[in-house]
Amino acid sequence: MKNLLLDGKMLTYEEGQTIMDCALSNGIAIPGLCHLPGLSPSGNCRLCTVKTGGRYVSACTEPAIDGMEVECETMELSQVRMQLLRMLFVEGNHYCPSCEKSGSCRLQEAAYHEGMLDLHFRPFYPKREMDASHPEILLDRDRCIFCALCVRASREIDGKNVFDISGRGIETHLIVNSASGKLLDTDISVEDRAVHVCPVGAILVKGKGFEIPIGRRLYD
Amino acid sequence: MTRIVIDPLSRVEGHGKVTLHLDENLKIIEARLHIVEFRGFEKFIQGRPYWEVPVLVQRLCGICPVSHHLASAKAMDQIMGVKMLTPAAEKLRRLLHYGQVLQSHALHFFHLASPDLLFGFDSDMTRRNIMGLLKDYPELAIRGIRLRKYGQEVIHAIMGKRIHGTAAIAGGMNKALSAAERDFLLKDIDEIIGWADGAANLAKEIYLSNPEYASSSLYSPFLSLAGKNGEHELYDGHLRCRDGEGDFVFDGVDDSHYAEYIREEVKSWSYMKFPYLLMLGKEQGWYRVGPLARINNCDFLGTELAEEKRREFISGGKPVHAPLAYHWARMIELLHCAEKIRGMLHDPDITGNDLRVDTEQGREGVGVIEAPRGTLIHHYRVNEEGLVEMANLIVSTTHNNRAMNEAVCEAAKRHVEGKTEITEGMLNGIEVAIRAFDPCLSCATHAVGKMPLLVEIVDCEGNVACSLKS
Repeated sequence: MKNLLLDGKMLTYEEGQTIMDCALSNGIAIPGLCHLPGLSPSGNCRLCTVKTGGRYVSACTEPAIDGMEVECETMELSQVRMQLLRMLFVEGNHYCPSCEKSGSCRLQEAAYHEGMLDLHFRPFYPKREMDASHPEILLDRDRCIFCALCVRASREIDGKNVFDISGRGIETHLIVNSASGKLLDTDISVEDRAVHVCPVGAILVKGKGFEIPIGRRLYD
Repeated sequence: MTRIVIDPLSRVEGHGKVTLHLDENLKIIEARLHIVEFRGFEKFIQGRPYWEVPVLVQRLCGICPVSHHLASAKAMDQIMGVKMLTPAAEKLRRLLHYGQVLQSHALHFFHLASPDLLFGFDSDMTRRNIMGLLKDYPELAIRGIRLRKYGQEVIHAIMGKRIHGTAAIAGGMNKALSAAERDFLLKDIDEIIGWADGAANLAKEIYLSNPEYASSSLYSPFLSLAGKNGEHELYDGHLRCRDGEGDFVFDGVDDSHYAEYIREEVKSWSYMKFPYLLMLGKEQGWYRVGPLARINNCDFLGTELAEEKRREFISGGKPVHAPLAYHWARMIELLHCAEKIRGMLHDPDITGNDLRVDTEQGREGVGVIEAPRGTLIHHYRVNEEGLVEMANLIVSTTHNNRAMNEAVCEAAKRHVEGKTEITEGMLNGIEVAIRAFDPCLSCATHAVGKMPLLVEIVDCEGNVACSLKS
């Protein structure tokens, strides 16, 4: 069994695990939005940025090395996470008060966890297209943070290829793999894992919003 | 000509100002209540999914969000083809609504209006507020605050938060009331009814002991919901309108047909529209809504103590028209809500778990409810994908727009006309007339912004001679 030090705590891990895997298998949560056990890591959101050997690395993609020392819960890295979260909020259109994912949203929870009280940056208010064409599934791109969990879940678990990320920089957007570009014309189904992995409120099952009362939501 | 501006108007919910135009002999030529905030909910909810709407539109208001939540949920029930909720769901919604009307009425009477009524319109403005009330009438002020708190506790038990929680969903409710929550609310309800009874008596004494409060030339029809037996109804009923004499203009109208009876006019100087009764036309068709309209319109109140007080209120046999009678009517409703809450908490259905009716999506719905300030209409149409494509909201305060302008004019003639020196107390006399309606200007313009109000006096050349911000 091999070991690493995370914030001064000795953790064991198995060969081939990442820093994130190691933390999770030891019952420690490193903040992150684009990682889900069972899906290949992507390092998209950078929220799991940790420091090791003087370098900043994403914990979800960095292989654990025997004897390595990793910092996560430090003032410096908390500031990094805060700025990343603020950027994620201003790059999309996130209106928590009326969002049905509120209380069960990983982005909102991460912001609460870091003590984020304002956006700091000026919001971009991007214009993004809603896709409500599918009878059971809603795609609200306003809330997409490009974590690509739906992209990977569709390919790796559902065996389909419904979603992809297109464009670069501020033009980055979530696309749907059909001739019309609409969900209705894909083979997606409401039971697909891709429909249920979204960490924010971008992919939703229609007509289910606010069924879970306040006090019983995931992060209440 | 002289122009007086009151800006901002204080102790109302929302942003507004008053302008008074006087001629060289200091006679009032024109008096206007301007609503200066713009919000645009009707526009920006277009394109949003229908199930999101009840939670989104409650952000119209921080005082009566439950009204918007329930009115839009009723519309969404129709869009989902729901003809009837389960008994538990309907009773929970009603309980929620009574809690909300109770807290809103308590807030208005004790926090906003009573300082004028107890200290005098032109009393020292530094104590004419809730803090002054706490100092000079501590027991009354504390009761007012606790009455409001109780209403908020009812909301909290059902919605999970005192303001802007979640509860109603298309076809039902998202949570049952637990026995522990019911017992918590039952614990204080008898005391609350006692205090509400005292508040109704106080409002009556204030009104009857000041004969000038009843001397008003304001005269209009009254619009409200009424129950199927003509009873006072806040959650669900038919539209009823009586003229100034108390005769029916119409009654038993299906509320989804509101557009056949009500039109809205737009004026360039206010963000608030001017609704009117189609059959009486733009000039003659203005009317009033709210507690005064409901008490004047209903045949009876379904609770014992409040019904007794309603009979005293309409002892003249004709509708009561004076704006300051709104306070008395409002406190009768406060008592009615408290009594209703007690009755509902003793109903075994209130803790039922059968809360949702499953249905299929339709296209259009109209939800009408009696909000604390009056009849509230939410009308939506959705497309085949479930996204809102049309929204029309006619909010309680909007119905009273013309009536408030008439009241401003009357108060200006009484307090300002012919006076060479204008004092803050005189201008507060105008604000008192507006305040009687308990206007919520944020709701009425469906707007985003800060709150207060302004009064202006303008001369013949259009120059501002005097302005006052509160």
